[in-house]
Amino acid sequence: MSSVVDEVPRPSEKPGFGFFAGSTTRSLLGGLSVAAAWSMVAALTAFWPDKPESDWAYTGSLAAACGALAVAIALGALAGVRFSIFERLQRLSPWLFALALFFAAWEVVTAKLGLLPLPFFPPPQAIVEVVVEDWVRLAEGILASARLLATGYFLGAAVGFVVGVAIGWSRLAGYWIHPVLRFIGPLPATAWLPLAFFIFPSSFSASIFLIALATGFPVAVLTWSGVAGVNSAYYDIARTLGATQRFLVLKVAIPAAMPHVFVGLFMGLGNSFAVLVVAEMLGVKAGLGWYLQWAQGWAAYANMYAALLLMAFLCSGLITLLFRLRDRLLSWQKGLVRW
Amino acid sequence: MVAAIASDDPVRGSTLTLREVSHCFDLEGKPLPVLDRISLQVDRGEFVALLGPSGCGKSTLLRLVAGLDTPTVGSLLTEGREIEAPDPSRVVVFQDPTLYPWRTVWSNVALGLEARGLLRTHRGRIEDALRLVGLTGFANAYPHQLSGGMAQRAALARALVNDPKLLILDEPLGQLDSLTRITMQGELVSLWQRAGFTALLVTHDVEEALFLAGRVIVLSQRPAHIKAEIANARPYPRHRGDPHLVELRHQVLAHLGLDATW
Repeated sequence: MSSVVDEVPRPSEKPGFGFFAGSTTRSLLGGLSVAAAWSMVAALTAFWPDKPESDWAYTGSLAAACGALAVAIALGALAGVRFSIFERLQRLSPWLFALALFFAAWEVVTAKLGLLPLPFFPPPQAIVEVVVEDWVRLAEGILASARLLATGYFLGAAVGFVVGVAIGWSRLAGYWIHPVLRFIGPLPATAWLPLAFFIFPSSFSASIFLIALATGFPVAVLTWSGVAGVNSAYYDIARTLGATQRFLVLKVAIPAAMPHVFVGLFMGLGNSFAVLVVAEMLGVKAGLGWYLQWAQGWAAYANMYAALLLMAFLCSGLITLLFRLRDRLLSWQKGLVRW
Repeated sequence: MVAAIASDDPVRGSTLTLREVSHCFDLEGKPLPVLDRISLQVDRGEFVALLGPSGCGKSTLLRLVAGLDTPTVGSLLTEGREIEAPDPSRVVVFQDPTLYPWRTVWSNVALGLEARGLLRTHRGRIEDALRLVGLTGFANAYPHQLSGGMAQRAALARALVNDPKLLILDEPLGQLDSLTRITMQGELVSLWQRAGFTALLVTHDVEEALFLAGRVIVLSQRPAHIKAEIANARPYPRHRGDPHLVELRHQVLAHLGLDATW
């Protein structure tokens, strides 16, 4: 496929005239103005002295980082004239520009003018300082959170999926499991917290149970509704072609229900984040949630912001991963559904 | 290569016998009779059309023949054995192609072989079936990429790949535009002639019934009973303008009480 694409002349390969040349120039100018904005942030950080009585150790490093970013963006914009892989940069440039303005404003109202009260609103260089000096503990926190989340999520998703298929398919399973699901499911998983920490041997296993519970409920309900909503004509077709019950479940009901299952997986993932943080704040002695709690206890607000930022990267990264997985598995839906 | 599916052996089809078949639906506690003592004998390799007004119970009759439902009264037999459950020797092509949207055309056609565990040994038949319905280049397409006519062809291939002895056609061309429909009618006849299966077609299109079938069974309004049987011995390939067919058409419309429009 790439060979076909390669044969098409790239707009950027014939600069000089016409519409394409115009758009190349525009993207170059856009990239360079973003680079200029970041140079401005770098200069502002470096040459405007911090508020007298403050002692931010990483002001120079922050300025250097912003400068490096500006150089990288400028090089990317210049390279974009020749290589279309940098086209993505062009799409991002309004955002990169806005971020530069935000960083400049943040830097000015904290480190330079001291308009916002400390320690609640640290300047960007304080966060750089935390990431550089406390990275071991932050990395440990990420690993601990990821381990807990992954174990609980996969366990909950697997059990929820099996339960959903069972109640969608079997009348008997529906009769017994459905009322339990209806009664216990709406209970927030965090309500089980005191009981779980009491029953389970460790706070780790208790948290896994809670995360699995928070994930399993939406997965079970949506899998069930997916299986129950399968077009009955699909079954008729398979039956006349000699399908067994096993075939009807595995090759008809489950693939047809997959779009619903994924809605459940997304909801479950969101729920699992909430439970993860609460569990880490209240019982587990590791992870980003615990780090947050610890940082707040020491009024180390810069550490808190750093942990929050990393948590946001972790959560949005996982959501993106699930989207990728869905797009791969449900590629047949292209042109049918968009969400 | 096509011979794997379409042989010239004329006696590959199976017989079908309906004995006093009646069927009722349960509609909010009240029985709703849809079929009324229908008896019918279909010979091997015969092409029979069931013609009747909309909602007269034709599709119900086909579901009984397919083994998807069991009749309230009476019995259905094929090759002398009672029909109790669906069987891949009796394949239905429904009005709606109902291809599985998550499978490519190739895997949709493979469905029957896969369900019976024959995919490994009979893989080549899928390609043959696709060629037979003219979808060779679309093996990797998904159903939503097909036109209505192509989807119905894929559904036909999905049926034919199982080498059915009885092909049950439930208004298979009902949703197609009239031009595609005329083309597909011709294709159906040549498929039937080559493959030698017994065909049972439900339709409410008089012209289609006469163009395709050797015998047309006219059904009444619900509850359906057999009003008339019209033998149609015109040789294939038939021509729409054939004066004999036009005369038969007049007769059939008379049985349906529609000859005033003639």
